[in-house]
Amino acid sequence: MPEQPSPADRPRSERAMIEIRSVTRSYGAFKALDDASLTIGEGEFFSLLGPSGCGKTTLLRMIAGFDNPTSGSISVAGQPMEGIPANRRPTNMVFQSYAIFPHLNVEQNVAYGLKRLKLQGSEEKRRVEEALAQVSLTGLGKRLATELSGGQRQRVALARALVMRPKVLLLDEPLSALDKKLREQMQVELRRLQQAVGITFVLVTHDQYEALAMSDRIAVMFGGRIAQVASPKEIYQRPVNRQVADFLGGMNFVKGEIVEENGASLVVDTLGFGRIKTDKPKAFVRNGGSATLGIRPERLRVLWDNATAKFEVAGKVVERHYFGEITHLIVEIPGLEKPLSVTETNDFGADDIPVGTSIRLAYEPEALVAMAD
Amino acid sequence: MRALRRFLSGGWLPAYAFLYVVFLYLPVIFLPIFSINTAATPKFPLSGFTLHWYEDLPRTPALLDAAWNSLVVGVSAAILSTVLGILAARSITRYRYPGRRTINGLIMAPLVLPEVIVAISMLLVMLQLGLSLSLFTVVLGHVLVCIPYSMTVLTSGFEGFDRSLEEASADLGESAFGTFRRVTLPMVAPAIISSLLVCFTISLDEFIIAFFLTGTEATLPIYIWGQLRFAAKLPGVLALGTLLLFASFLLMTVAEILRRRAARRTQNEGGLYA
Repeated sequence: MPEQPSPADRPRSERAMIEIRSVTRSYGAFKALDDASLTIGEGEFFSLLGPSGCGKTTLLRMIAGFDNPTSGSISVAGQPMEGIPANRRPTNMVFQSYAIFPHLNVEQNVAYGLKRLKLQGSEEKRRVEEALAQVSLTGLGKRLATELSGGQRQRVALARALVMRPKVLLLDEPLSALDKKLREQMQVELRRLQQAVGITFVLVTHDQYEALAMSDRIAVMFGGRIAQVASPKEIYQRPVNRQVADFLGGMNFVKGEIVEENGASLVVDTLGFGRIKTDKPKAFVRNGGSATLGIRPERLRVLWDNATAKFEVAGKVVERHYFGEITHLIVEIPGLEKPLSVTETNDFGADDIPVGTSIRLAYEPEALVAMAD
Repeated sequence: MRALRRFLSGGWLPAYAFLYVVFLYLPVIFLPIFSINTAATPKFPLSGFTLHWYEDLPRTPALLDAAWNSLVVGVSAAILSTVLGILAARSITRYRYPGRRTINGLIMAPLVLPEVIVAISMLLVMLQLGLSLSLFTVVLGHVLVCIPYSMTVLTSGFEGFDRSLEEASADLGESAFGTFRRVTLPMVAPAIISSLLVCFTISLDEFIIAFFLTGTEATLPIYIWGQLRFAAKLPGVLALGTLLLFASFLLMTVAEILRRRAARRTQNEGGLYA
């Protein structure tokens, strides 16, 4: 995974582009969005990540002006959006279905919004050309939407929104209809494009890899609530609770008793891993005497032959799954109620470990992260 | 079951299909054949070829009046029922509300009601309302029978119309009216034209309702019915009927092509395919 340039759980830029204050959207008794507050910085690539029905699309549509908060307020570029319809907001959207106008060709699609601005003919043409070049569609201007591939439609939708020079570009699951290879290619391109134009991007996705690979920051949402807002690295390595940890990928959970707690660290007695001293997360709230620690499968490494590590745990391989570049081992540890998931690269022969072998696993205590249940 | 299958696989199915089509279209074919026959009575063998009956048509003032009346009624009924059909089809395809299916069913009902009953009921209502019978009352009657057809054509054009197309237009700065003009209308235009053609054709050919609801002015089918009393006028009627037949056939074909184009346009875009 490439290193993310933005470190903190603050916006990259000091200037806020979007401010969402205590926004709730209810449908009768059901709350699609429940008291969400969020600040998205200028020029930031921000992702709303969560399973379907978590409220991420509702929030995006409220920023765009297709839906209105039941309570709370949204402002874009310092301007409150209340009462401002979608067609007068400084935002543009890339729709999940792309919503390419089928009766218009590519050029006419891209120029659609410019027609309202009554630009001079040459200026309009120049901006359309520029937008098509940005998304590598130069020369396809005369094509009809029906003659385009999925990836090309996606680019037309992007160009059509970017040509308006919005303050914020909203992307509603833009890559979900593409196949895996094209999707990965578009992730890189989208990120590059965002860096080039410097516009604030807000992406809605249910794909954690997409969010991790592209974003400056991510808001993880469940059941209408924002669970955590942080950089991809922070979200992946230090999830605030089990739900976030699970959604972002595999995680082994280890229960333990807290024996010592001070400002910065936590000492926990676990059954499988013994006594662990780990960082105390900023938002850690003690819930009785027990704690849940989590460790990602790739943070456990197989110890070969007589190699030793300062911290190790011994167990027996009960399952082995081959995934090409990695092998996924399920290892039973005495004392742990659930066996550990371990992912190991195949360069040392992890794909050849027979089921039933006794092995030792090395880990760093810091890799065991305390989190809420 | 097995007997039926043996019957069907024994080459009977194509024969049955052939007979069915012959039964359906043979009478229709007689119409143009006898309309170019020199004899005044429709009888085989044919006596000779002539276009005389066609040449006579424009020289009959009563016929021209009837044709003009039919045109006026047809165009009015087509426009009215299409406008009402657009509103109904949009509501049925776009919104979800209680009673949607019932309303749809009620709108489609005139399709299966006995036309003579509809005609008599309409006559009673018109008289109760104090309307004097004229081409206007015929238009009202035709609107009633045309709307189901108009609805069928329009819903197939509107269905699957991706709502995000209208949202995309608004998102790009267009007003509600501008969106209707620049996106919705061009997308559904083929379906609208198709509906106009279908309604016009139905009104042009409709007899029973026109017969009950018209005053002194005849439409083409009423004129034809009046002419049938005179044996000598039969070839002229056949010629006129042939023209109507071809006109209807042509209009319906164009309408169907447009309807399919509209459906393909909207439905292609509705789905997610990469």
